[in-house]
Amino acid sequence: MSENFRLDKGGLINRDKKLSFKFNGKKYFGYEGDTLASALIANGVHLVGRSFKYHRPRGFFGAGVDEPYAIVQMNRNNEVDPNVRATEQELFEGLEAKSVNCWPNVDFDIGAINNFLGKFFPAGFYYKTFMWPKSFWYKLYEPIIRKAAGFGAASIKHDKEKYEHKYEYCDLLITGSGPSGLASAYAAAQNGAKVILAEDKSRFGGSLLTSEVTIGNQSGKEWAEKIISELKLMPNVVVKNRSQVFGYYDHNMLVMSERVSDHLPKTEKYIPKQRLWYIRAKEVIISSGSIERPIVFGNNDTPGVMLSSAAKEYLKIYGVLVGKKPLIFTNNDSGYETAIEFKKNGIDPIVLDTRRDPNSEIIKEAKDLNISIKSSYVVVAAKGYKKVNSADIAKISDDKKNISNIENIKCDCICVSGFWTPTIHLASQSGNKTKFNEKIDSFIPSQPKQKETTLGSASGIFTLEETLKTSFEKGNELSKQITNKENKVSIPTVVEKKSSNHDKFWCVPLPEGKNYKRFLDFQNDVAVSDIQLALREGYRSIEHVKRYTTLGMATDQGRTSNLNGLQLVSDIENKVVPQVGHTTFRPPYSPVSIGAIVGREIGKHSKPTRKSPMHYWHEKNNAVFVDAGVWLRPRYYKRGNENLFEASKREAKNVRQNVGVCDVTTLGKIDIKGPDSAEFLNRVYTNAWLKLPVGKARYGVMLREDGIVMDDGTTTRISENHYHMTTTTAQAANVLSHLEYYLQLVWPELNVNVVSSTEQWAGAAIAGPKSRYVLQKLFPDLNVSNEGLPFMGYMEGNLFGVNAKIYRISFSGELAYEVNVESDNGNYMWEKIMEIGKEFNIQPYGTEALSTLRIEMGHVAGSELDGRTIPYDNSLDGLVSKKKDFIGKRSLSKAAYIASDRQKVVGVIPLDKKTSIPEGSYIVKDAKAKLPNPKLGHVSASCWSVEYDNPFSLAIIKDGKNMIGQKLFALSPLKNKTIPVEIVSSHYVDPKGERVRS
Amino acid sequence: MLHIKCPHCGLRSQNEFSYGGDATIKRPELNKEVSDQDWDNFVYLRKSPRGKHLELWQHISGCRQWIKVERDTLTHEIFKTLKANEEL
Repeated sequence: MSENFRLDKGGLINRDKKLSFKFNGKKYFGYEGDTLASALIANGVHLVGRSFKYHRPRGFFGAGVDEPYAIVQMNRNNEVDPNVRATEQELFEGLEAKSVNCWPNVDFDIGAINNFLGKFFPAGFYYKTFMWPKSFWYKLYEPIIRKAAGFGAASIKHDKEKYEHKYEYCDLLITGSGPSGLASAYAAAQNGAKVILAEDKSRFGGSLLTSEVTIGNQSGKEWAEKIISELKLMPNVVVKNRSQVFGYYDHNMLVMSERVSDHLPKTEKYIPKQRLWYIRAKEVIISSGSIERPIVFGNNDTPGVMLSSAAKEYLKIYGVLVGKKPLIFTNNDSGYETAIEFKKNGIDPIVLDTRRDPNSEIIKEAKDLNISIKSSYVVVAAKGYKKVNSADIAKISDDKKNISNIENIKCDCICVSGFWTPTIHLASQSGNKTKFNEKIDSFIPSQPKQKETTLGSASGIFTLEETLKTSFEKGNELSKQITNKENKVSIPTVVEKKSSNHDKFWCVPLPEGKNYKRFLDFQNDVAVSDIQLALREGYRSIEHVKRYTTLGMATDQGRTSNLNGLQLVSDIENKVVPQVGHTTFRPPYSPVSIGAIVGREIGKHSKPTRKSPMHYWHEKNNAVFVDAGVWLRPRYYKRGNENLFEASKREAKNVRQNVGVCDVTTLGKIDIKGPDSAEFLNRVYTNAWLKLPVGKARYGVMLREDGIVMDDGTTTRISENHYHMTTTTAQAANVLSHLEYYLQLVWPELNVNVVSSTEQWAGAAIAGPKSRYVLQKLFPDLNVSNEGLPFMGYMEGNLFGVNAKIYRISFSGELAYEVNVESDNGNYMWEKIMEIGKEFNIQPYGTEALSTLRIEMGHVAGSELDGRTIPYDNSLDGLVSKKKDFIGKRSLSKAAYIASDRQKVVGVIPLDKKTSIPEGSYIVKDAKAKLPNPKLGHVSASCWSVEYDNPFSLAIIKDGKNMIGQKLFALSPLKNKTIPVEIVSSHYVDPKGERVRS
Repeated sequence: MLHIKCPHCGLRSQNEFSYGGDATIKRPELNKEVSDQDWDNFVYLRKSPRGKHLELWQHISGCRQWIKVERDTLTHEIFKTLKANEEL
């Protein structure tokens, strides 16, 4: 395999820069400008992988995105990258890649036994086999299938690479830089339109790079280079290579994946590996070109069989011969262009043309070059296992049904051309109802649903002259409508060779007694026989045939297989292709890495992290943080070797005995102003709000219209028409939207304004029997006695030079105050509280201690207000006004809500007073009852009561109040625990609520 | 991703908005007798039309206004957008 297939000259590669690379562990050389595929072919390597199902040897079939086989696993800068097309991966120094879907290696692949067991792997074999016995699936079948299937293995490590997202708006997005893309971009740019021109390859120009045409007085390639360099200089044009527009979504939103660094040995600092562009375009020009169609014949998957256009591309762009004894098999003139290129480089090809007596300018040129041409000839089967070494060829009758004169001729590659298939994926994704064009036997876009226009060969136009003319015109017309400017450019003259009609021949009949596999879908190993079987088994809809056989699925998306598959189905069904129709094209057109889709929104950047102004104080004081929505809150402050349980117990106990301070900045805060604020609150909350005096706070519960508790919190009347509402941390955003909904849509007559002020205030809750001493020292000028600042009172004060708001409210059930200052002063306030509180043994406490304090007080919170409970369930009956109407009130009279055995919040204590009850445990009557054991309710929150030094839980159980005193069981199948418990009142500590008023 | 013309801010991408359901539903007036059936219809019953649908969106990452959008649920075509106090 050390033979050199690189021509001495020619191609667009940089021969001054030699690059070394490794494939399957072996070292090779290539040049800058090569792809991995072209460099391997130059080294004579054609065996790159094994096929999906039968593990047959597979080589190269295309030269770009059309490649169905040559998928490799890259190892780049210590990162693995599976599912990379060798035809798209540009070569760099030190590149390392290996084959996929083969074990132990590509040369000797054990899975290839499937090829000989082919009989047992018919269409739908997954559905037919491995069905029985059921238990074998997990242990035996699935692991084996998983090992044998797939195109590479994803890394289980964290991806170190960076990916970016970019949002862009433009007048025209043009997808493809072939002749139609260049012409339309140029015309549009001249009219001042904002243009994005995207090319998926590294080189611009598309077919102009490989075709022998003249535009104006330049070669096609020179013209393309000139247009691109002009476009690059224009400020209103963005030109992007290595960028695949893979999805066409609603309202002309397209997504493009730019491979920024994949062609480099490693990604540079501050540069992403890939960038995903979300582009909103006023108009889209689809200039995605066309892909050559294979002709189906025996063993047409053997390495060395490839598209004739690919062979030409390897020759003209990379200076590489795909073989030295080429056989060209064609049904149209395109094959001759490849033959002529071989001939010009000193190689003698043989052309087999399925047509009887073809004649055109290009065929004449081939004849003049003394190229051997056999008319009415076909390839019956390729011979050779890991590489083509000969071909059985035969004469074909005029009706294309019979073959005769079979002979074997030596060759080392077979270049196939079965005419061209327009790439209509994007148009179809946009909702365009495609239509079948008999002349080119392909589907082309028809009536657009969105603002898109398909041009060039993607629209079925295969002459350069017409392509340029229509593309210049369309580019001008579409941009003129947007910019109202016209700067028309003249359309250059074109010299190209005229083609003769192609032959609508696509599948070579099997010779008598032969059973060659004739592949339709090369990536998914779907052969003619599989489709035939599927139809025999009764599949009719093309969508069903696709799913049953896997035709046109996976990363290939039927680029080379679709039409031949449709031809076969319509032949068997005695229909014509348009009656069969094509399957739905869905994004992405070609694979997109998960990294690119995720972009920078990964790890801690997956959502914003909000920190209170006191965060760094908490950090310095050994806080262990917990996520509370998007906030980070101290869960506990670790002292020495304490664990969560010990620390939270210490903190909670200190609140009950002395005084503690808790950061409550995260609570949602909403500022409410306007003359109708009281009336509005009266409608939003379940209790009465019209008579709340200025300087007083009130606890309130708000419902959804279906009667379920939405949120709770205190709201304070700051002045006549000014209120300060607090919400729970989690519901802050929803409550604001809820209020805005009613103010804007339901009661627009109310003169009220609401705005979030969560981030404007830093809050500290000072709680415990000694909290008043701390408050008095913080505000020596204020009268903070029980008379001066009673429970639910409000005051403004001056905290050592900064303005503060003091609310006497309590979540812990102790005498407590919440002090708010402007966020910038938060840390200052906190340090003052700690300094002054020192003599009263103040300790900061985290959310765990906070939970303990509220649970043993029986204060309901998020775990009880869980979106399933109404006020009565939470013993909040006293807060539900009988007199006035409010949001959700009508629902509270529903039969289910007033049922006598309705669930209620209760307290639960383990009988042994030792065993903590896991949250989520079921409460049942009989621990040993037959399953399913009737569930009375569940444990919503658990703590270790610091007041009584034993476990205590809250539970929501059926007929709760009548269950008090009963001995029941808490079951936690998850923790495998059965705990005998007693139901008690939910108000375990200070049931009369005297402490908060003390 | 939809492109929604906020009547206050102009054309913006869908990810600035949150969906709010049927815009034709009218909340029963406060302090009025409402039958069980009417109340249940208001709280729970929504049509799911194939075609034109007048719906609410809130421009949460913009002006925070609730707006009305007439959209085709099949094609996603948006025919009209209105302020909260405007009718079709």
